Amino acid sequence: MGLRTYIITRIILTIPTLLLLLTAVFLIMRVLPGDPVALHFEKKATPETMEALRHILGLDKPLWQQYLDYVWGVIDIGYLIQHGYPNLGKSMQVTTEDVGGQIFSAFPATLELAIYAIIIAVVIGVLLGVASSKKYNSVPDHIIREFGIITYAVPIFFLGIILQLIFGVYLRWLPTGLRIAPTVEPPVSITGLYTIDSLIEGNLYKFIESVKALLLPSFTLGIILSGVFVRLTRTNMLETLRLEFVTAARARGLKESTVTYRYALRNAFLPVLTMMGLQFALLLGGAVLTETTFSWPGLGRYIVTRINFRDYTAIQGAVVMFGLFVTLVSLVVDILYAYLDPRIRL
Amino acid sequence: MKEENETRQSILARLIPGFVSLTKHGPSGWMVIIGLAIVVVIVVMTAIAPWVAPHDPIKSNVGPLASPPSWQFPMGTTALGQDMLSRILFGGSTMLQVSAISVLICFVIGVPLGLFSAYVGGNLDKTFSLIIDAVYAFPGLVIAIAIAAVLGPGVVNMALSIAVVYIPSYFRIIRSQVLSIKELTYVEAAKSIGAKWHSILFKYIFPNVVPSIVTVATVNFADAVLTAAGLTFIGLGVSVSIPDWGYDLTKGRELLSNGGWWVITFPGVMIILLALGFTFIGEGLSELLNPKLQR
Repeated sequence: MGLRTYIITRIILTIPTLLLLLTAVFLIMRVLPGDPVALHFEKKATPETMEALRHILGLDKPLWQQYLDYVWGVIDIGYLIQHGYPNLGKSMQVTTEDVGGQIFSAFPATLELAIYAIIIAVVIGVLLGVASSKKYNSVPDHIIREFGIITYAVPIFFLGIILQLIFGVYLRWLPTGLRIAPTVEPPVSITGLYTIDSLIEGNLYKFIESVKALLLPSFTLGIILSGVFVRLTRTNMLETLRLEFVTAARARGLKESTVTYRYALRNAFLPVLTMMGLQFALLLGGAVLTETTFSWPGLGRYIVTRINFRDYTAIQGAVVMFGLFVTLVSLVVDILYAYLDPRIRL
Repeated sequence: MKEENETRQSILARLIPGFVSLTKHGPSGWMVIIGLAIVVVIVVMTAIAPWVAPHDPIKSNVGPLASPPSWQFPMGTTALGQDMLSRILFGGSTMLQVSAISVLICFVIGVPLGLFSAYVGGNLDKTFSLIIDAVYAFPGLVIAIAIAAVLGPGVVNMALSIAVVYIPSYFRIIRSQVLSIKELTYVEAAKSIGAKWHSILFKYIFPNVVPSIVTVATVNFADAVLTAAGLTFIGLGVSVSIPDWGYDLTKGRELLSNGGWWVITFPGVMIILLALGFTFIGEGLSELLNPKLQR
């Protein structure tokens, strides 16, 4: 199978997954609660008010029609091109606002946090994993392994709060929330990622401010995620370091650091790449809590504030968006593998 | 009857020596022992809280508002003047209940589903796997949030939303094992002597997947604790009238800017300990049961 055929097949296979996802979200958000409108008002509104809201949101239609409207809204390319975001319906709280628009303006914040967090996780994970494998069965090795296990058991927001307490409240080095200090004008939005936009703008001050704001949340998320990379790197390095080509490299008199990083790590890194794709869903889940801790105005914080308003259409839209994001990432990762490793295409 | 006894023995034969001689298994054995000890201490602590707690955990103004740890209040007081020590003693019950119920739900639904799907095979298996894989790929916490938001607060609702996230893990691990076990000669032999499908499934195959179930369950326990804390943190927890570590940790943030470290530290450490206890058990057991990983 050629690469192009593989890509096309893989894209076609995404369609049933997407339909399944949309159906599951619809069942959970619209069918399970019975009447989202009644829940939204907590039974504190007149039947007329509730009926009016139902009419605006199209919730007075039969369920099958609601389902078709909703699925069509997500896949309606024309609407997407016209507005710049998919049609995810109107918000229950502010019925003039499109959920799609709100979500798309929150999304870059989550993306930026996710990108930096995964980089931090991989760097910490690989460095500690390599160090651990080099000092196999010694005290440092045991400490690093315990670190890997403890990261599984720490609530992400607890770590976030502790870091806020140390670096924000006591030392006053870093801001404890928001993407950029309220006194600083955000950079002109091109990519939506503040660190990149400020560089495009050529404004070093804004760049430093946005990096400062990013440090605590991305380290919080990155440290929690690093555990799995520590373990993975360590196991793979232990295996690779025993192989003959490593011995051969040493025998040729290469420096130990060259042997470790240039030779062994390169081989041990492929599983780490695989894991990066797999960890993405976990990363997004963690992002919800991290964003809430650091008042980070992304998709996770959006979903949490909407829960407080019982804005079910908005929650549904955000959940769909998370799902689309994960599906897209796994599609890209699969295509990347096929490109890197031709065996997968067989 | 005799057959049943033998099955039971085969489960015990693998698990009991593990427990008895855990100390002889090096670090992994000790991990299980430490993990078990932590969990048992927390369970006992929560159980005897009504008799040992110095104050009513709910009652406000039993001491000064938001005071740091002192002789009278060893863990300080909350912003409402509640005794933190009493709240810590009582506060584990919600998490223990939520995680236990979610593990139970997963066990009752995920295990038979995995056994059945893999044993029957064919299109049924394909359909189940497709659905389960879709759920598995989705951010677990986001599903849990969506379900908890719809169902509303409460121990059972929280457990349900966590269970939905975890059923795929049980399903996948059991399915993959049954797929290989059902091809083994002894299963074939059982079939050839005319054993019924349910006795093959539950008496011959099931005992062999028990170790994996135990491992998944401990990870599930640890994750349920953290997810329950997370749900509470974003306002989907249980009612205010029940002392809960997750709730205290969330509320404690309000005292943070004044340097009120004690209101978050104690509940936070307790949550970590509980999750760590389960993680240790799981890690240790999986290393004991799969010696290949033991390195």
